[in-house]
Amino acid sequence: MSQHSGTTGLTTSPAPPIDETGQPTEGADGVSRRGFLGFVVAGATLMAAADLALTEAPAEAAIPTIPSIPELYDLNDLLTHAALPTSNLITINVNEDGTASFALPRAEVGQGITTSTAMIIAEELELPLDKVNVTLSPARPELLFNQLTGGSNTTISTYTPIRVAAAIAKMELLKAAAILLGDTIGNLVAKGGVIEAPDGSSVTYGELARKAASPTTKKVKVDLKPDAGFALVGTPQNRIDALDAVTGKKEYTTDLQIPDALPTMVCRAPTLNGVPLAIENKAEVLALEGVTDVALIDTGVAVRAETFGQAIDGVRALKVRWLDGPVAGESDQDVLKKVRKAELPMPALPKNPLAHTVSADFTFWFRSNSAMDTNSAIADVRGGKATIWAGLKSPIIAQQKIAKELGLKQADVEVNVVQSGGSFGRRLFYDAALEAAKISKAMGKPVKLMWHRADDARVGRAHPMATSRVRASLLGKEVLVFHQSHTSIETDFRHGLGEVITANAADLPAGAGNLGFAETIFTLTQEVPYNFGVVLQTLAETDPRFNTGSMRNIYSPDVRAANELVVDMLAKEAGLDPYEFRRKMLRIKKVKAVLDKVAEEGEWGRSMPAGTAQGIAIHKEYKGVSACLVEIDCRPETVNRKIYDAVSGPRVTKVTFAIDVGLPINPRGLEAQMQGGITDGIALALTSSLHLRDGHFMEASWDNYFYTRQWNAPPEVNVIVMPASSDQPGGAGEAGVAASFAAVACAYARATGKVPTEFPINHGEISFEEKPRVPPVPESPTDGLDHTY
Amino acid sequence: MPEQSFILNGETVTVDVADDVRLLWVLRDLLGVTGPKYGCGINVCKACTSHINGKAFNPCSVPVGKIGGDDEITTIEGLPDTAPEGQRGPNGLHPMQEAWLERDVAQCGYCQPGQIMAAVAVVRRARDEGRQVTDEDLDGIRNICRCGTYTRIREAIRVGEASM
Repeated sequence: MSQHSGTTGLTTSPAPPIDETGQPTEGADGVSRRGFLGFVVAGATLMAAADLALTEAPAEAAIPTIPSIPELYDLNDLLTHAALPTSNLITINVNEDGTASFALPRAEVGQGITTSTAMIIAEELELPLDKVNVTLSPARPELLFNQLTGGSNTTISTYTPIRVAAAIAKMELLKAAAILLGDTIGNLVAKGGVIEAPDGSSVTYGELARKAASPTTKKVKVDLKPDAGFALVGTPQNRIDALDAVTGKKEYTTDLQIPDALPTMVCRAPTLNGVPLAIENKAEVLALEGVTDVALIDTGVAVRAETFGQAIDGVRALKVRWLDGPVAGESDQDVLKKVRKAELPMPALPKNPLAHTVSADFTFWFRSNSAMDTNSAIADVRGGKATIWAGLKSPIIAQQKIAKELGLKQADVEVNVVQSGGSFGRRLFYDAALEAAKISKAMGKPVKLMWHRADDARVGRAHPMATSRVRASLLGKEVLVFHQSHTSIETDFRHGLGEVITANAADLPAGAGNLGFAETIFTLTQEVPYNFGVVLQTLAETDPRFNTGSMRNIYSPDVRAANELVVDMLAKEAGLDPYEFRRKMLRIKKVKAVLDKVAEEGEWGRSMPAGTAQGIAIHKEYKGVSACLVEIDCRPETVNRKIYDAVSGPRVTKVTFAIDVGLPINPRGLEAQMQGGITDGIALALTSSLHLRDGHFMEASWDNYFYTRQWNAPPEVNVIVMPASSDQPGGAGEAGVAASFAAVACAYARATGKVPTEFPINHGEISFEEKPRVPPVPESPTDGLDHTY
Repeated sequence: MPEQSFILNGETVTVDVADDVRLLWVLRDLLGVTGPKYGCGINVCKACTSHINGKAFNPCSVPVGKIGGDDEITTIEGLPDTAPEGQRGPNGLHPMQEAWLERDVAQCGYCQPGQIMAAVAVVRRARDEGRQVTDEDLDGIRNICRCGTYTRIREAIRVGEASM
């Protein structure tokens, strides 16, 4: 990635010297470990920016057994390092009303990064939290790699640069205050947005905002506040957008009022990725009440109308000739055969006549990462310019691809990032933004595109089907070999690192580029934290015909579930309790600590009735470690409980989850992310999958795709945030899924006495009547008043 | 075009639109009231849950022509005004909204207006039946939250119930 330096006209400093722990030591500029360089940027009011040249993120120290790759250099190191050359453009403004503002070059999708970022700024700048405004930055191509929201990397990669910018802002405020108050900086105290001198005189940040401004941009050195002085970071805080969320004021893409951007929906093919050939009744549809435009694009036929209801009616009235999509006629059993064919031979286990072989094969079906807020985007493509509004985790590549599609210069495409109603990986791609741009161009008018739920579930990106085969060799109570071979339908990483250069590298012919990317992601995220002798984990991917992408926590939930189920099998074979076996085998102290925590708090081993059981599992990723202990009820009276239009099935009755993220910025937000991860884990294990039949996915409704609902939510959830174990934060957004899925799977196996071989466990039953494929979206009911309560 | 009139958050509104357009689109696309969210359009996800004459309903599944001039529609925007002044919390909101803030329920927030409107109706229904909200009531709430905020929703409903 070094080829990018210089392309923006920015100069980057050479990498700093790194000591044996990987920490930057004193650099050429004489800046010490806590000292960093940054900028005061020219402006009418104070603007401070961070220089990242001295914030090389240290790799974790090696452990004196043979470490797996993620222990030395993981996905977050890759993302953090990819962000290094340009992050110095992160700027904090101090305003005359006493607030500070910051445009975060990331996407808030519910994970809470605007809140944690505001906390970090408030802490370093000594400003009350409610005086910090964090907005989302539009696409800024000059940021290169540094505008991708993924891999739970936001806080890991931005923590130090944001602190540096805030510290510079505070320092400049102190300098200005010193002149004004006639005292030295050392005598002044900044607190709560006010700087006070020992004589009691004081001045507010608002009053200083102009006085501290610099007419020129200059490089400055600053020391960060010592962690011991933290008053806000590490304390539980409510989300800064909570008030807007509970009053209906929080705006998502489809809530924005952009003049003349009328509601628009797309009529899609009856087979996955089918292509429209011709509209047979365009005039008829155009004559419908409210419909203003009908246009054929490559993904379907778009209908623009006065209301979404009328756009739905237009979509339903359309008669379109279609070319079948690439998986026409196939079912998920056919696809599974293809996956099995792509499985690579597993290496032979050592020939030891005394060793037992434990082996297991698992299938993980397609799953949907459809969010509540369906794929949506507003596009205005007119007069050689385009303006886009959408929830986007990779806005730079979106801007580049849209410019290419429209035949415009990148600079003529403005891409605004809007807060999203969930992502779960879905918004790493820009499907709706690109489609809206095409529609707006075809109609010559602004459009507000929203995917119907049916489309979002059927056509939207999915977690690919995968198999995981595990072979382990056990001698007495020791594991000699642990092999795991994961084979998957291709996971689309063509968003690259968020800009066109790596995105194109992932788009080389025949999937070669994407496989390289997929293997890199796999290698950088997967590890077996147990002392299992010779450990080997491999990935093979096949078949690019599906719409896939990284679903929350990518490979880890499946890999970990397979892994931990086999750990339980090994424990049984070794005659050890699952918890004791894990304790004995874990190589890493921090993992042991969270495991012990959940075992203690969750009362591991307590006596439980037949048909119910506990399950325990661990995970390590995103610079953090987690453990989960669940209790599940698989008794017939629970499994068969009747709920209208729903799958009930086994119920997870209690969850105890412990997480150590290094430095927790906002324990309350972290707890929320773990609760969400637990809910995902339950869905992945028990209820949530897509069924491919005759060339298309069947699920077109939330009553078809069974994401966890209240009746399957655990009545008791206890999340324990471990005290800070590092001075650097780890990732939160995805960290709760893997251990939860694995623990539910293990608990289910123990409660039923049978290790499941496919997930979710209910995939074999179709529990709903499929909605029609033509028309592709269902009619809205008219009997809503019969169901009031 | 027929004129449709009804009471929205305490004020009479009139809008020119065909009878069969579902109320959700009248609210969102024509009146700019965007608190009720679209999540499915088929009365499954419940993200648009609002109140009609004090009862929970889903405007995605009600043609506007079925709403009478005296019908009172309350969306999340109008919820605070339905609480007696003495019940409103530190932010001037309905006790259930305040409970949502106290428990910091929202993650992405998209489903939460609907969740809150459903929660208020669940508490009122229990009150009308002379009882408190039960675990079965909570299990029966169909509103989906894809972020998985169910744990805090359950806690917040108990808190909100206590101050309603």
